[in-house]
Amino acid sequence: MDIKQIIKEENQVYRRTPLMTEATLSYCPGCGHGTIHRLIMEVVEEMGIQSDTIGIAPVGCAVIAYDFMDIDMSQAAHGRAPALATGIKRLWPEKYVFTYQGDGDLAAIGTAETIHACNRGENIAIFFVNNGIYGMTGGQMAPTTLEGMKSSTSPYGRNSETMGPPYKITEMVAQLPGTYYVARHAVHKPGPVRKAKKAIRQAFENQKLNKGVSLVEFVSNCNSGWKMTPNDSNIWMEENMFKFYPMGDIKVEGKLVNGD
Amino acid sequence: MAKAIGAIVVDVERCKGCQVCRVNCPTMTIGMAEEVNGKGYHYAYMENPENCTGCTNCAVVCPDGVITVYRVKQ
Repeated sequence: MDIKQIIKEENQVYRRTPLMTEATLSYCPGCGHGTIHRLIMEVVEEMGIQSDTIGIAPVGCAVIAYDFMDIDMSQAAHGRAPALATGIKRLWPEKYVFTYQGDGDLAAIGTAETIHACNRGENIAIFFVNNGIYGMTGGQMAPTTLEGMKSSTSPYGRNSETMGPPYKITEMVAQLPGTYYVARHAVHKPGPVRKAKKAIRQAFENQKLNKGVSLVEFVSNCNSGWKMTPNDSNIWMEENMFKFYPMGDIKVEGKLVNGD
Repeated sequence: MAKAIGAIVVDVERCKGCQVCRVNCPTMTIGMAEEVNGKGYHYAYMENPENCTGCTNCAVVCPDGVITVYRVKQ
């Protein structure tokens, strides 16, 4: 069959969602941010809630997420997205409110806001992109940087004795009573992408229940910060990051999956 | 058994040539072009168009969402 006969409107099975704007993404080639943006917008499109969704952009690589997502968005001071989301959700409890944050934003500068928003059980969704590094500012060490991992401020690898060990804020907040759904996913391959999309959908659906925070972590690559090609960084992520940050649900319907 | 035949259309000017689609294509359909686009990236294209089944794997992993997928069953 000729290709021209295949490429017709009625045969289309996948296209970029129109909820992503025409602006070219500012991310490096191969960065997971673009995929996660698109997945969130696909879920918003499928649920038909474009005019009822309010997103909060963080500080970091995703600081201009409002240029790429065709929904109402605001942008918070560094790490303060959960506080801003709290205010917006309390004013408009019927709206779907989500924050989109990186690990420097959520796990370092915004630790207090994250923990207290999760502890209060605000009815918001938090999307947390963890690439183990401060990507935008030049690859400095973050709290989530793995032990032995090289970054521009730990050129000989992270040493736990002097720099402290990496920490899993996702498991930490899962212990708090205010979180309702906590999961960790990745977007480096088609299978994980489809699972991640289901988790995003779950996080949005949970807002109808008014039961607390839904937090989805995405372990992502930072090929520029890690000084690798996109494919090499994805392989490195599978071999190293996934050991420390295992995939899967951590808390479902307010109950810890490994019920201890 | 019905056989699926697919085709992809790459938005050449938006493609950043990261090759994530190429390694995730189960049928080795996608290759990177010799020439570059306006930004200087070797963009993705259908190197072996007869292999494509329209599985959409390339499109769902594309960080920039530049791939549109078409599929017909024969």
